[in-house]
Amino acid sequence: MEDIALLTVAATLRGLKNREFSSVELSQALLNCIDAKDGQLQAYLKVDADYILKQAATADQRRAAGDDAPLLGLPIALKDVINVKGEGCSCASRMMEGYRSPFDATVAAKLRAAGVVFAGRTNMDEFAMGSSTESSAFQVTRNPHNLECVPGGSSGGSAAAVAGGEAIAALGTDTGGSIRQPASFCGCVGLKPSYGRVSRHGVAAYASSLDQVGPLTKSVEDAAILLRELAGYDPNDGTTLDIAVPDYASQLTGNMQGVRIGLPREYFIEGSDPEVTAAVLSAVEACRAAGAEIVDLSLPHTEYAIAVYYILANAEASANLARFDGVRYGHQTAAPGSVYDLYANSRAEGFGAEVKRRIILGTYVLSSGYYDAYYGKAQRARTLIREDYTRAFESCDVMMTPVAPTAAYKIGAATQDLLKIYLGDVFTVPASLAGICGISLPCGSTTDGLPIGLQVLGPAFGESRILSVAHAYEKIRDGR
Amino acid sequence: MSKYLITIGLETHVHLKTCTKMFCGCSTEFGSEPNTNVCPVCLGYPGALPVMNREAVKQCVIAGLMLGCEINHISTFDRKNYFYPDMSKNYQTTQQELPLCVGGGVTIDTPAGARLIRIHHIHQEEDAGKIIHYARHSGVDFNRCGMPLMEIVSEPDLTSPDEAMAYLHNLRQILVYAGVSECNLEEGNMRSDVNISVRPEGQAELGTRVEIKNMNTFKGIHAALKYEIERQLYVVRSGGRLVQETRRWESELGETQPMRTKENAHDYRYFPEPDLVPVVLSKDTVEEWRSALPELPAARRERMVREYNIPEYDAGVLADEKPNADFFEAAAAICGEAKILSNWFMTDVMCLISESGLTIEQCALTPGALAGLISLVTQGVINGPTAKELLPELFRQGGDPTALVESRGLAQVSDCGALQSYVDEVFAAHGRSVADFLAGKKAAAGFLTGQVMKLSQGKADPKVVNQMIAKKFAELS
Ligand SMILES: [Zn+2]
Repeated sequence: MEDIALLTVAATLRGLKNREFSSVELSQALLNCIDAKDGQLQAYLKVDADYILKQAATADQRRAAGDDAPLLGLPIALKDVINVKGEGCSCASRMMEGYRSPFDATVAAKLRAAGVVFAGRTNMDEFAMGSSTESSAFQVTRNPHNLECVPGGSSGGSAAAVAGGEAIAALGTDTGGSIRQPASFCGCVGLKPSYGRVSRHGVAAYASSLDQVGPLTKSVEDAAILLRELAGYDPNDGTTLDIAVPDYASQLTGNMQGVRIGLPREYFIEGSDPEVTAAVLSAVEACRAAGAEIVDLSLPHTEYAIAVYYILANAEASANLARFDGVRYGHQTAAPGSVYDLYANSRAEGFGAEVKRRIILGTYVLSSGYYDAYYGKAQRARTLIREDYTRAFESCDVMMTPVAPTAAYKIGAATQDLLKIYLGDVFTVPASLAGICGISLPCGSTTDGLPIGLQVLGPAFGESRILSVAHAYEKIRDGR
Repeated sequence: MSKYLITIGLETHVHLKTCTKMFCGCSTEFGSEPNTNVCPVCLGYPGALPVMNREAVKQCVIAGLMLGCEINHISTFDRKNYFYPDMSKNYQTTQQELPLCVGGGVTIDTPAGARLIRIHHIHQEEDAGKIIHYARHSGVDFNRCGMPLMEIVSEPDLTSPDEAMAYLHNLRQILVYAGVSECNLEEGNMRSDVNISVRPEGQAELGTRVEIKNMNTFKGIHAALKYEIERQLYVVRSGGRLVQETRRWESELGETQPMRTKENAHDYRYFPEPDLVPVVLSKDTVEEWRSALPELPAARRERMVREYNIPEYDAGVLADEKPNADFFEAAAAICGEAKILSNWFMTDVMCLISESGLTIEQCALTPGALAGLISLVTQGVINGPTAKELLPELFRQGGDPTALVESRGLAQVSDCGALQSYVDEVFAAHGRSVADFLAGKKAAAGFLTGQVMKLSQGKADPKVVNQMIAKKFAELS
């Protein structure tokens, strides 16, 4: 087996299929890596070696019996927000301590059917609210490239595990950039599918109209392989669309010739770290040199995206998180008193500061007398943002932008200036609001050695296109 | 004393007759063990998503079409936020902006003639669970949580408790005819909140509105309205001011009590439900449903008069409850004697229904059995009194009337020889009555008939007996 830190999904599946190694051997090697590294990285909230090895043994037996499910024996780490029957699902919150899920999320069921071994549960910002994984109630995950830096968030545990060689691949969720930004910070690939491409059923909701599940991987090809298994219409999620799921991996042509790449000028602004802008522009230049056509364009409503996002996401979150009340599951206060004390105390004790802040903000913007000024207006602005993209994709095939204005920052820096952190989502949030797809992949590093991410955006259900372009760039970048 | 006008509006929640809940596959069966018809969706587990019950949508639209509503071809759902232990998600999924049905109405009869009580809209939503209080703790049963409901909101067109009753009666009748709800009050299938205000005659603007909740029966609504009108009139007549508030009907005390004032009203923070896409109903779909609508009660009454040649009064009584009309029509199709059947149903069967407390669907009597019983009478196999004795048994225990008559030997004695001997025996034994009759007391004949019937153990055909007695008198005189 080659170095597990470099082992891709594609290589793993080849190795398993050709019986170069078994799923048990692979899982054991992975567990050894986690043992060696996770004391420092703190990417995982839970790693149950027996549970993992048992699944791996079953996968090996299935293969011996002639089963060739597409992902048979492949270990995948899951962000701790995805329900797997019988397992915990902490959402990195004290609120969910002791919770055991009674059902499989649709993505978990699909992966199970595809033969996946559920590896550890990765750390995240509490209820996916944050951009640095520091709001986790349990631990601070570190960036594998610099242990003093954050891994990004909210899927920071998944990104750190993949980039740090503690996972072959992982699932994350992206509401306003929570897959793409940590992938950028940690130097791996992160795909946010279009809204409605992947089922949200069984994934604890932050903001229902924005949340999407997607893969964090070491290569674009890996993202393509996993998306094929994750995507598709789900009768249990009425917001998924019944659009055929192509074999994404087979459509990775590596061809950059004639691809029209849009550069939205609102994404190349003064507030960004010049090193980031420069790395992205040089990636674009490499694509141009390989035959792509560069199109300058404008997405005029981009400046409203952050405000719109924090109003809509928090409004939805305020209702989505109302169910955590200490009555049916999760944390219940020791001294309930009246039913209102039960609610107030259970929630005060169970939720962390960032979650409370967002629930309060969301409650406020929906309040009688404020609804039109905030929620109503934000909904209208969201439509304008969506229309910006629809119009822009008439003149380009994909867009290329930075993922975040900066590379990973120091642990603790975020808590000093919350607004700056919220503004750090400026390049990822618009695509979420527009419901389109985006992928983040490494395109260089800062002089401090921190990874810089390139974001490739495509129209809704244009996953084939962004995967193909990202894959072509990856080949150029690696000189393949 | 100045005259006051009463304004009443009703918000009626009706359980739809679907097999599964509004947004999950759980059963809607009534009376199951607590928390057995539940799943991650209706228990509000993290990540569980609602799935629209298309059948519930269809039933709500059918109700709307029966009530003359316009159907919104695009309809959306909203979240109504409030914390209460019976609502697992701590928000209710309901319709605020674009309900399924708007407009329409229910016609009621008033002393001043028929009047249309307008419906503002009908929206679809999910029910809450049930809180059960014990000595030292409380429990929640989520079986009802997520059951499909429609809420029918009337315009404030009602002016008295009696009108409110008429509205509810006719509304219920239409919904039962529509086949969308059992409207069973005991099972909580139909519950209403009322809005009520009073204003001096001549004042255009409505008075201060008070909402009353917690009435479980039509009688309770009537009593609560009566009480509340008295209370409001008393307040305004004694120079007081009414406050906009929600009050609770306390049936045991027979009064309404304050629940919360406007200042303490909930801010429900409605916003569009992001987990559900809009319900889109094509024109074709709605027209297809419209063309297959069941008959309305009024249409059925007319048709029954026409088809069975029964009086309007009979049709009205029979069609009042759809199951009764269904039973009648099924029986009429078998025995053909519609008028006789209608008499039997309206007197004897209805009497058994009210005595037993069972409905026609719950009792053991089948349309075939009633039709058979009546045929036995019309064919002269048994006489009326025998049939009337058999009916309660058929109602309670069921059975085939022909087989019963046969096994018990209840068939009429039509053997003229045997009857003549009874007549002769009675004339011999009751000379005085015979003399009375001959002296002009015609009532004496009835007594003699009765005596003959008694001798025959009720099996004689009274008509034949009468003829024989008349003949005998003719011979005597
Ligand atoms: Zn359920």
